[in-house]
Amino acid sequence: MLNKNNLIKIGLIVVTGIVLAILNATLGRYSLRILNLAGIYIILGLSLNLINGFTGLFSLGHAGFMAVGAYASALLTMSPAQKSVNFFVKPIVPILANVEIGFLPAIIIGGFVAAIVGAILAAPILRLKDDYLAIATLGFGEIIRVIFTNTQSLTNGALGLKGLPSYTNTGYTWTIAILTIIFMFSLRRSSYGKAFMAIREDEIAAESMGIDLFKHKLLAFTIGSFFAGVGGALLAHLMGTIDPLMFRFLMTFNILLIVVLGEIGSISGTIVSAIIVTISMEWLRFLDGPIDLGFMVIHSVPGMRMVLFSLLLMIVILYYQHGLMGQDEITLEFLKSKLNKFKKKEA
Amino acid sequence: MSILRTDSITMKFGGLTAVSELSLNIPTNGIVGLIGPNGAGKTTIFNMITGVYTPTTGNIVFDKIDITGMKSHLITKNGIARTFQNIRLFKDLTVLDNVMIANHLRLKSNIMSSIFRTPDYREKEEHILKKSLQLLEQTGLLEYKDDKASSLPYGKQRKLEIARALATEPKLLLLDEPAAGMNPQESIELMEFVKEIRDAFDLSILMIEHHMQVIMGVCEKIYVLDYGVNIAEGNPEEIQNNPKVIEAYLGVDE
Repeated sequence: MLNKNNLIKIGLIVVTGIVLAILNATLGRYSLRILNLAGIYIILGLSLNLINGFTGLFSLGHAGFMAVGAYASALLTMSPAQKSVNFFVKPIVPILANVEIGFLPAIIIGGFVAAIVGAILAAPILRLKDDYLAIATLGFGEIIRVIFTNTQSLTNGALGLKGLPSYTNTGYTWTIAILTIIFMFSLRRSSYGKAFMAIREDEIAAESMGIDLFKHKLLAFTIGSFFAGVGGALLAHLMGTIDPLMFRFLMTFNILLIVVLGEIGSISGTIVSAIIVTISMEWLRFLDGPIDLGFMVIHSVPGMRMVLFSLLLMIVILYYQHGLMGQDEITLEFLKSKLNKFKKKEA
Repeated sequence: MSILRTDSITMKFGGLTAVSELSLNIPTNGIVGLIGPNGAGKTTIFNMITGVYTPTTGNIVFDKIDITGMKSHLITKNGIARTFQNIRLFKDLTVLDNVMIANHLRLKSNIMSSIFRTPDYREKEEHILKKSLQLLEQTGLLEYKDDKASSLPYGKQRKLEIARALATEPKLLLLDEPAAGMNPQESIELMEFVKEIRDAFDLSILMIEHHMQVIMGVCEKIYVLDYGVNIAEGNPEEIQNNPKVIEAYLGVDE
């Protein structure tokens, strides 16, 4: 249906597309990489937001599912020659040795493999609740990483995979990011999205309303893992190199930071905070180097940036418990009501 | 004709017998009361009927189906809905969403068709929306439909919980202390409301209540529970004059 609201939405997407195209043409390599990272973090933030924010399952295993997506897609896109260069300790399993497929199918397969792993892991641990669930998912995320370190002939172990084709570009990341955004808005509006939120609000009441808790939690977890896998695949082909250490808990923490800063459960909040966090992660890099304050010099401390982010997180949790966006979603109605208020003030 | 029958159900928690050998019989279209002092096991009975607990022994038969040990959400699907003693609304969601969620179980669309909004799904959603709005109108909550559930006044929250339970299209409605915290005026309104919905939705109702006025005014049959044991059953008059009931509530001279 092409009513006014839908037209505005399509217009917004077109404008975003044009802005991105201009940025893509004018930005330097370094800035472009940040632009791409922002798109990827939007996908990752939204996928964790679906699990943590909509459904209220406090999951800390996101990096694990990203790793699955990253490795699955990387093994499919690398050329046979590149694979034989990489796997010099032990040869790669024969089935994968001569496979080489396009990027888009590799991303999708990466997502599906992550979703399957997510579903298999979720089945036993979704019986747990709250902090117990958080610890179990944290454990599973680490287990995936440890397994990848030890499956020499499949993942090349601790050596990682090098020389991935750098397929990821602005077109891929942002098209997928925008599709993810549309998907999430649509999901939230649907009957299933509402059922997810009902589970977050009150499990016992949700179940007594006939909502199959296990089925819905599993669905949310699987969809979230799918997008984590997609994000992981994009990230792998942006970096060009992946190894198990990349997918430590710190990776999950970065995404969790985005979700919490943007208000757990808010889609637009997650988008805005994904962009802000990605840019400031790079912009604040000078904090890691030596800082000359005029009267004293702080020697370079790697990781200083994270101190600032931790402080920021504390401030947000203490003073803005509803995140940057609060409960509101940046929708057309929201903007209209703000505009009306503003007009009233003028008058 | 009875809609729900329990055959001497017993619920033990370790060494404690919360409910022992209880046999309830709820007639179709009847309003039945369940009373007893605090800790008598009333809510435990609700939890057994709705599948939160599985009775240690005994069977529960609802509408000719044995529902003993069935999962909660399947029991709701079969047609038993409930409200809670301490209101359990989806607080951060709107009143309309609260009721629409209760329709989710009757929605026969899969997740993909609901996300991609296929014409078939849209039609179903339209139907659910219409039904929910109608239900809110019947229960007098229509004007609050876009408000957050937690922003409603207490009495309306109780009503919304009942509306939400009705949205699951139950045959039997379990009300756990619907009049708790209400003033006498509100209690009388509630009595009328319970009778109204029974007729409008063709329901059978089982309610736990402490307000004697409400129980005596609305119930056709009453079960009295004390320490998990059924000590009396009958119509309001019989119950009021039953010495065992008086003893359970007021104690007896030694």
